[in-house]
Amino acid sequence: MEHMKIPYYPGCTLNTVAKQFDTSAREAASIIGFEMKELSQWNCCGATFPLTPDNVIGLTAPAKVLSSARKEGDTLTTLCSVCYNVLKRTNKVIRDNKEKRNVINGFIEEEYDGSVNILHYLEVLRDKVGFDKVKGAVKRPLKGIKAATYYGCMLLRPFEDIGIDKAESPTIFEDLLRALGAEPVEFANKIECCGAHLAMNNEEVVTNLSGKVMTSAVDAGAELIVTTCPLCQFNLEKSQPRVAESDTGYTPVPVVYFTQALGLALGQDIETLGFEKNSSDIMPLLKKKGIA
Amino acid sequence: MKIRIANDDIQSLEVRRLERVSGEDVKRCYQCGNCSGGCPVSYAMEIPPTKVMRFLQLGNIEDVRKANTMWLCVGCLQCYSRCPQGVSVAAILEGLRQEVLRKGASKTEVRDVPFPFLKKAPQQAIVCGFRKFVG
Ligand code: SF4
Ligand code: SF4
Repeated sequence: MEHMKIPYYPGCTLNTVAKQFDTSAREAASIIGFEMKELSQWNCCGATFPLTPDNVIGLTAPAKVLSSARKEGDTLTTLCSVCYNVLKRTNKVIRDNKEKRNVINGFIEEEYDGSVNILHYLEVLRDKVGFDKVKGAVKRPLKGIKAATYYGCMLLRPFEDIGIDKAESPTIFEDLLRALGAEPVEFANKIECCGAHLAMNNEEVVTNLSGKVMTSAVDAGAELIVTTCPLCQFNLEKSQPRVAESDTGYTPVPVVYFTQALGLALGQDIETLGFEKNSSDIMPLLKKKGIA
Repeated sequence: MKIRIANDDIQSLEVRRLERVSGEDVKRCYQCGNCSGGCPVSYAMEIPPTKVMRFLQLGNIEDVRKANTMWLCVGCLQCYSRCPQGVSVAAILEGLRQEVLRKGASKTEVRDVPFPFLKKAPQQAIVCGFRKFVG
């Protein structure tokens, strides 16, 4: 693989409360041998793909991101599952629907045709780098760690627009964790919702949904939960103390971004992985496993 | 319970408008129940997804509008993903929300969102929340 430079869209959250997601991914990329080149111009993607075809105005923000990406290459990578979902779905509308393409282009004053290829960072690792090569770069295997790979919704659905992996039985995330030396566990709620934006006004539902994700993971033996989305990460970590309170049989586990797990396995300095920004603590687990 | 079904209700113009906005055809639903079975929030919904579809088929959009269902939908698309008929209840519920929000009403007022939440939450939760709840 020659030196790869991939245009990269961080999105709002990775620039602020999920900074550790961004920095660990960039560092891991440079160890593996590619560079994430942040777009010189970008804006918020809107954080939700409009579910009704009637809402074209909701496509203009992501379309602006896509058209500025087009000026920097033919591929765009992103880390947050929501950004990925919104950009990929918007891109498909622009590519396939001429009428909407014209309306959107008229609005943003661009001539974008939907030709950028949107890749999640996981896809870059699987399809451009190869998990074998990732495995070869591992210096600190996550040996003996039973890890729950929590996909959530936006990385997978709807299948015909996203298609990163099978909608009901994906394996891309487990395959990565296995390459890092961890043992992925199979758990019931790995593709169920964490409660998403109800974080804003309905703590009960979020605790219930996130609680089901975490209890099903821990019941399956997970000692660590790994995420691909700052909102999943936030909802799980925020709900965990309440889940532990109401369910005395529940043992809290650390929750980390997959790029933090990746960086750890690639031998990055633990201090640089931003674990202190997470609200759950991974250090006791790492000590127990003799990794730190 | 006795239900009176009238032609006028079944041909409700308001349901037709909702179909146009959401891009869905409510008659495609054959009431298998997969959507309610897959929906992670149906336990808390006054009218769960399958029933929403039945109510709309019968032209009863009023009860669906009054129910908490549209405000509880997290947009996870399990309903759509598991529907053998390719129906997106999520799109129907978004259409109903849109109807409310476009008139300028809000489910949640910005001033009611707790400050500690605004400070700590991921931006995406705030942006998405505003788009789903604020008119
Ligand atoms: S899954 Fe589809 S067909 Fe079955 S009840 Fe729901 S909307 Fe109707
Ligand atoms: S998108 Fe909404 S209605 Fe459909 S399964 Fe998810 S929460 Fe339920």
